Amino acid sequence: MLKGRHLIGPRDFSLAENEALFDLAENMEAKPGDWLDVARGRILATLFFEPSTRTRLSFEAAMLRLGGGVVGFAEPGSSSAAKGESLADTIRTVSSYADVIAMRNPKEGAALLASRFSTVPVVNAGDGGHHHPTQTLTDLLTIRRLKGRAEGLTVGFCGDLKFGRTVHSLAQGLARYPGNRFVLVSPPELRVPDFITGEVFGKEGIPYEETDSLEEALPRLDVLYMTRVQKERFFNEEDYLRLKDAYILDAARMRLAKADLAVLHPLPRVNEIAAEIDSDPRAAYFAQVRYGMFARMALIASVLGVA
Amino acid sequence: MLNIAKIKNGLVIDHIKAGQGLRIFNWLGLDKAGAPVAFIVNAPSRRMGKKDMLKIDETISIDYAVLGLIDRDITVNVIENEILTEKIHMRLPERVENVLVCKNPRCVTQIEKSAPQVFILTDRGAGTYRCEYCDEARGEVDLR
Repeated sequence: MLKGRHLIGPRDFSLAENEALFDLAENMEAKPGDWLDVARGRILATLFFEPSTRTRLSFEAAMLRLGGGVVGFAEPGSSSAAKGESLADTIRTVSSYADVIAMRNPKEGAALLASRFSTVPVVNAGDGGHHHPTQTLTDLLTIRRLKGRAEGLTVGFCGDLKFGRTVHSLAQGLARYPGNRFVLVSPPELRVPDFITGEVFGKEGIPYEETDSLEEALPRLDVLYMTRVQKERFFNEEDYLRLKDAYILDAARMRLAKADLAVLHPLPRVNEIAAEIDSDPRAAYFAQVRYGMFARMALIASVLGVA
Repeated sequence: MLNIAKIKNGLVIDHIKAGQGLRIFNWLGLDKAGAPVAFIVNAPSRRMGKKDMLKIDETISIDYAVLGLIDRDITVNVIENEILTEKIHMRLPERVENVLVCKNPRCVTQIEKSAPQVFILTDRGAGTYRCEYCDEARGEVDLR
């Protein structure tokens, strides 16, 4: 069903396709031995024009666990882009070598452009502040695994909801499941953009509320998605310094939360989640990292047509 | 109103927003067209107050999609044997390629100059477009 397809944005796959992918990921998690060889002889190219160790290693580990091989580069300095080669030419070349491409690029729309020139599936591993669909698959799979469902949940998003693309994508992803409601916790300067509240929530009549109080929101939440205030999204250092510590989740605040809350974070965290929370069974962000690898295994196997 | 001789076979580009006529004249390359062209600025208009007009004494070929993007209130009258045979209203195209230019400095089209600039119509009423690559709302009309 997904064989030969690209994954560029969070809504490229239908709900049914996503669910099939999650079933497959859960099977891979339960029986990893069954999948050790399915991608033997296949090659994943990881083209990281912007460094991201976590995402790159997740893709590479996923491919290796399927028995495939990996080629690529981890920063633009070691790519032909440093010599001035166009992205189109790089992609034409790489798709002659590899069977699937995972690419991160700081320019928005780079993955879509790459998919136009590639003869093999392109997976967007992040295009600037635009899309990062495998993070969304990771987040949805984590919620499904920990809560047993991705519907009928009260989901809190906290931190930088303006620039945080993971928030935008996950909100759109969860909005496709029935019965979810959203609590958006941020300082006024970092509120969710109108295209989410208006076009995604508003058009589909999805209940949401905006608040600047994490304490007030916490007791109601089934899932809390924390985010980092990212320095690179600010043009002004002063604004960054003022807002970076707006919300810190610590043990005292966790006492306000439900016993079965799941705390997610796309990582890396800086100080928005205190280290004392890591041992709390509700802290799900390292489990989330592991689910990310299974989500990427399922995705790679599916687009290669070996699942 | 000024008296301009009637054209025999050609086009009258009417209802151009006052001040926009020269832009359209240049885009159509009418100075090099060879045909006689009358360029009227600030003509009185009941609907618009003032308008610009172009009368071209030859039926040249025009990309109406682009013309609509520049000014969607324009009408084009087709004249044959001094008789108005067709009135063409502009309609915003669903998709335009290499007409609008994305102004988002973070968009991939800023570095990948060979990539076609593609914009998709998002709201016909408001006349808004988004860049197919970065989703940024329409850039300026840049007739590259």
